[in-house]
Amino acid sequence: MSADAQAVSMAAAASAAPVPAAHALEVQDITKRFVTAEGVVTAIDQLSLTVAPGEFLSVIGPSGCGKSTLFNIIGGLVGDYQGRVTVGGEIISGTHPAIGMVFQEESTFPWRTVLENVAFPLEVMGVPRQERFERARRFISMVGLDGFERRFPSELSGGMRQRVAIARTLASEPKILLMDEPFAALDEQTRLLLGDKVLQIQQALRQTTLLITHNITEAVQLSDRVLVMTYRPGRLKRIVAIDLPHPRDSEVVSSTAFGRYVAEIWHDLREEASLGMREDESRVLRRDAS
Amino acid sequence: MRSAMSQSRAAAVVTGWGTLLLVLLAVELLIVRGVINGFIVPRPSQVLAAIPRIVIEEDVLHRFGQTALEVLWASLMLAAIGLALGMLLYRFRLLRLATETWVAALASAPIVLMYPLFLVIFGRSATTIVMIGFAAGLPPVILKTVEGLAGTRHVLVNVGRSFRLNDAQLFQKILLPAALPSIFVGLRLGLIFAMINIVGVEFLINFGGLGQLINELAERYDLPGTYGAILFVILVSIVFFVLTEKAEQWLRPGR
Repeated sequence: MSADAQAVSMAAAASAAPVPAAHALEVQDITKRFVTAEGVVTAIDQLSLTVAPGEFLSVIGPSGCGKSTLFNIIGGLVGDYQGRVTVGGEIISGTHPAIGMVFQEESTFPWRTVLENVAFPLEVMGVPRQERFERARRFISMVGLDGFERRFPSELSGGMRQRVAIARTLASEPKILLMDEPFAALDEQTRLLLGDKVLQIQQALRQTTLLITHNITEAVQLSDRVLVMTYRPGRLKRIVAIDLPHPRDSEVVSSTAFGRYVAEIWHDLREEASLGMREDESRVLRRDAS
Repeated sequence: MRSAMSQSRAAAVVTGWGTLLLVLLAVELLIVRGVINGFIVPRPSQVLAAIPRIVIEEDVLHRFGQTALEVLWASLMLAAIGLALGMLLYRFRLLRLATETWVAALASAPIVLMYPLFLVIFGRSATTIVMIGFAAGLPPVILKTVEGLAGTRHVLVNVGRSFRLNDAQLFQKILLPAALPSIFVGLRLGLIFAMINIVGVEFLINFGGLGQLINELAERYDLPGTYGAILFVILVSIVFFVLTEKAEQWLRPGR
């Protein structure tokens, strides 16, 4: 067994107990409105979704469809919405220990080493120093960063920094991993390889995962189901079940079935993306005219 | 990578000292040739030669210690009170909106000219000098503290919130370390303002320290000695800059 796989299986054994409810996460009839200079904008309208324990669900949609708003609502960073979010059957408002968030932007703490970054949630929980560093090392190993424990984020590449952020979130041992376009700033090759790594971890930990993305390839590569959203206001357009074999890696992108799923999702998404583009253009023209 | 960084750092130090040496040589040459009046600006070699004399005859080391101690007290007050006020202004937005412009305006006020008022309040003592230095250095510390805290990347705050940090933890573990580079810029600026004013007031009220020595030497028209004493003022500044740099590296590694 490789060191990586060993680390993954060790962490799998240590991971949180399975959520007893039928759905690990349930989002019911979420509506979110923002007051802007142009009036009230409905970002999300009556959106519902469920994520089963151990499932990998991706939410995909054109820019401006409210994906990140949904991420922030589920993560508890945005309030004042209609509808409800339940975790393991419990209605939640605000942040919840069962949900771990990985952000789109670079979010490592530049003043902390890799080890200190990953140990951060354990430090907040009051885990003794030696124990938290031991536990952090497991997650560092899981994301393949052994040997970089004493490095600072400024000494790492963008992909490595994002792996640190993922390891840090995993270290808090969340029941649900929530990721908002975590690979958006990375090049395509790194994105595919990092996707492999995330998938490997997700499968080993049976980690319930919700990924927000605008990348169809990424969504199909990683997910059990893909939820397609409409352009503003963000509504559920369609759910596509990805029936590709497990365990999966980036090799899957060359299969015919993969191409069919990508084409199918793009067919739905294209219409919404075009609508978004036209609305953006007319907004600019309206602004110029006024 | 680290060895390349230390190499470029060493090259910067050599370039800095080399440039200084060249400038001093040029000044020396210009004075010798009569381009610069030697009765106004002494030759750098004369200044260097005067240093042992003023060390022995003028008790420079004691005066250096006196000025350094005043600067230290002013710095400690700036760090404690300046940071606290900056944090207060960050925490209460209304207060910040109401007073930020005034604080910025205070930065350009010639506080040193208010020394008679300080003399009345604190008497002809080191306290007056320290308080003037503190008052002069306060605005940049407050402003840069506010700027650093307000400029913390939102995603870092969100990371903290996602890990359910309370307000005190969020401040201690995220906002403060993220703001440290800006806070240290403020502290260094405050230190510059404080030092200028401390030496200026020592000069004006003829009370202890290097400022008083510069005053006395200038009155005696001992120009090499005067410039030699100014070098000791620069030395105080260097000592405090090195100390703040070390403190920043210790508090905020990984830059």
